[in-house]
Amino acid sequence: MSDASAPRPRRWLLFVPFGVAVGAGAGFYAMLRGLKTGDYDPRGVPSALIGRPAPEFSLPPIEAANLPALTSADLRGPLPGPVIVNFWASWCVPCIIEHPALMRLSREGVPVHGVNYKDRANDAAAFLQRHGNPYTRLGRDESGRAAIDWGVFGVPETYLIDRQGLIRWRFAGPITPDVLERDLRPLLRRFA
Amino acid sequence: MIPELGHFALALACILAVAQSVLPIVGAERRDTRWMGTAGPLAVGQFVAVSVAFGCLVWAFVVNDTTVSNVVANSHSAKPMLYKVTGTWGSHEGSMVLWVLILALCGAAVVAFGRDLPTALKARVIGVLGWVSVGFLAFIIFTSNPFDRVWPPPPDGLGLNPVLQDIGLALHPPMLYVGYVGYAVTFAFAIAALLEGRVDAAWGRWVRPWSLLAWAFLTAGIALGSWWAYYELGWGGYWFWDPVENASLLPWLVGTALLHSAIVVEKRDALKTWTVLLAIMAFAMSLLGAFLVRSGVLNSVHAFANDPGRGLFILALLMIYASGAFAIFAWRANRLMPTGIFAPISREGALVLNNLLLCSIAAVVLAGTLWPLFADILFGARISVGPPFFNMASAPLAIPMALAMPIGAMLAWKRADVWGALQRLWWAAVISFAVGFLYLAVLGYPVWPAIGMALAMWLVAGAAADIADRIALVRRPGQAWQRARGLPRAAWGAAIAHAGMGVTVAGIAGMGVATDTLVALKPGESARLAGYEWRLERIVDVQGPNFTSRQATVTVTRDGAVVTVLRPERRTFTVDGQTTTEVSIHTNLIRDLYAVLGEEREEAGVLRLHHNPLAPWIWFGAMFMAIGAGFSLSDRRLRVAAPAPKGAPAPA
Repeated sequence: MSDASAPRPRRWLLFVPFGVAVGAGAGFYAMLRGLKTGDYDPRGVPSALIGRPAPEFSLPPIEAANLPALTSADLRGPLPGPVIVNFWASWCVPCIIEHPALMRLSREGVPVHGVNYKDRANDAAAFLQRHGNPYTRLGRDESGRAAIDWGVFGVPETYLIDRQGLIRWRFAGPITPDVLERDLRPLLRRFA
Repeated sequence: MIPELGHFALALACILAVAQSVLPIVGAERRDTRWMGTAGPLAVGQFVAVSVAFGCLVWAFVVNDTTVSNVVANSHSAKPMLYKVTGTWGSHEGSMVLWVLILALCGAAVVAFGRDLPTALKARVIGVLGWVSVGFLAFIIFTSNPFDRVWPPPPDGLGLNPVLQDIGLALHPPMLYVGYVGYAVTFAFAIAALLEGRVDAAWGRWVRPWSLLAWAFLTAGIALGSWWAYYELGWGGYWFWDPVENASLLPWLVGTALLHSAIVVEKRDALKTWTVLLAIMAFAMSLLGAFLVRSGVLNSVHAFANDPGRGLFILALLMIYASGAFAIFAWRANRLMPTGIFAPISREGALVLNNLLLCSIAAVVLAGTLWPLFADILFGARISVGPPFFNMASAPLAIPMALAMPIGAMLAWKRADVWGALQRLWWAAVISFAVGFLYLAVLGYPVWPAIGMALAMWLVAGAAADIADRIALVRRPGQAWQRARGLPRAAWGAAIAHAGMGVTVAGIAGMGVATDTLVALKPGESARLAGYEWRLERIVDVQGPNFTSRQATVTVTRDGAVVTVLRPERRTFTVDGQTTTEVSIHTNLIRDLYAVLGEEREEAGVLRLHHNPLAPWIWFGAMFMAIGAGFSLSDRRLRVAAPAPKGAPAPA
């Protein structure tokens, strides 16, 4: 804008918007390429909560599932070991994909806490009946309020909380065997 | 048959758009009147063809034609008729057709209202609009055909996302699209001016109504979206700095800057290069929003079904239009020699400050929205930028802007006297300080909301002072009424819009002291919040047209007197089993009582209760801003075009 009052406009300034646009375009192209190859994943953007304790929440249980409820007090340190918090819903297809991974962790003795997100209690209980229950505790977040406080993008989404009760890792999307071996297991060992 | 007709109409529109993008421009270069004359019929023809296509799509939704895959994916026979119609633009494909329809409508409007426009400029503007149309029509035809058939047809559709079955959201996209597409017109004017190598006051006068129109609709559209989030999502908030929300805010910020700098072009023949750049940027931001929402590069609650293939196409369009325009800008903008020179302390100077601050806020929002994406690509770093960043980074820019708004409006053109303006504003400043102090000390507000209230008062009182000064209310009260009637509508529009901003700021400040609580109540039990007694009477089943619902009855009393009865609901849609919460809100315009029904257990219903002071003011303010723009739009000086032939008013 300075050129409006300057006696002689600086010519190169006029090329700046073009350069910025081309640069941004190249970046966007890289993102789209990455979406296809898997190098770029917008759901991998981590939480602002990393390194901080879990936000305050208190969720009621799902009666039919016969599991204790989940509140933020259950995630406060000191804890005997790292715990996993998994946001899920019975209507969510990727949740079925990651379900075997959660079952494996649960069999290995890692506490997996579930937050049932915007779901019906009966559907959620039926889901666990049909596929098996990996959860130690299960809270019901029907309004999605706790999910907002956690900054959840969508289900499934998984958090790792260390022994001091600090959030160490967040993953949006299903815990595939790949994610389990490459990301989650090393972290579980590190924070054990 | 009808869907094929629609498909054919789209193809026809695309061919007309190709002709529209070549003939008038070549004609304007060769000064061939006949070629330039094709602009009007082609633009109108394209509008007719797109209207037919859109009509066919609406028809497919209305009769629930399950052989059309778009209808299957987004509609259902049991849906109320209103939402069948509005469901037309509920999906990616349908919304693109609506977008193109509005674009074609704007093209036709330029033809209809632009009789006084110089022929060559008009031909170029229509031609550039044709470029935009070609790209988007090709996008629809090649990647997002809304008329694709399925065979054998399923018995019924899958239903529209129940959260979207809402009148606020049904109107939200058309409003936003008029805004976005309105900036396509100012973009076309900017490119036409660059091709012509001439920007003058008449050009500014032609751009201003379009930027006002786009701005008014964009303001209303954003407000509607925010209002929808407030009452439908049931989170009790109104703005989440979600990337998609930011994508609509960016063109608004740049468009607001454009609106103000176009005034300088019109009145003072200065800031021409900058205004052209802003016009290009406003449209580039609109396109960027479309790319972000529809390509899947970011994760948002609002995003459409994503497809990288489509993303690539939109990126190509974004690059062709934005980089292409910036390249033309770099090549030709040095011809737009500035002629007007002005002092820093003047109305023009204030508008430059306005532009600087608005563009800085836009840069902050843009950076906050895109930085996580680029950090991921460039450094592999995964960061997230949340509301704290946006609030922290935009407040130091927004506060000076609010402070400067009333002063700037009072300054004279060319050379002004800040001290004189401040002298005319002293009483507004006193009132604002008093209001801020009152809220801070007497009502016990925290510091930021109290500052917000003071700023809100400053904006409203400043706008009032501006009008009072212009009609000489104090100096010659006898003729004030007459002077008020004689005051240009644009002056009224500016004052109303500035005051509207103040009203919105007050609403935001009020929401800063909102309180809420989560309670589990059995029928007959009650909770207290913000001095109100909220008693749950009962929870019953209610049957809706395509949903069943659990409805709670909550009686709110204050000091024993019944204030209102709230009926929050939790709806389960029969087709897809999705549930939505229906918030129940009682407003007395000064505060909202807001209740959400959660789940039920052991006879008890979980209720989330909110007390939101001044919440409705956020949207009232936006309404005032849009009304202000409407006033300004109806100004006689805009309706009468610059080189007006005698006595022939051309509506703009």
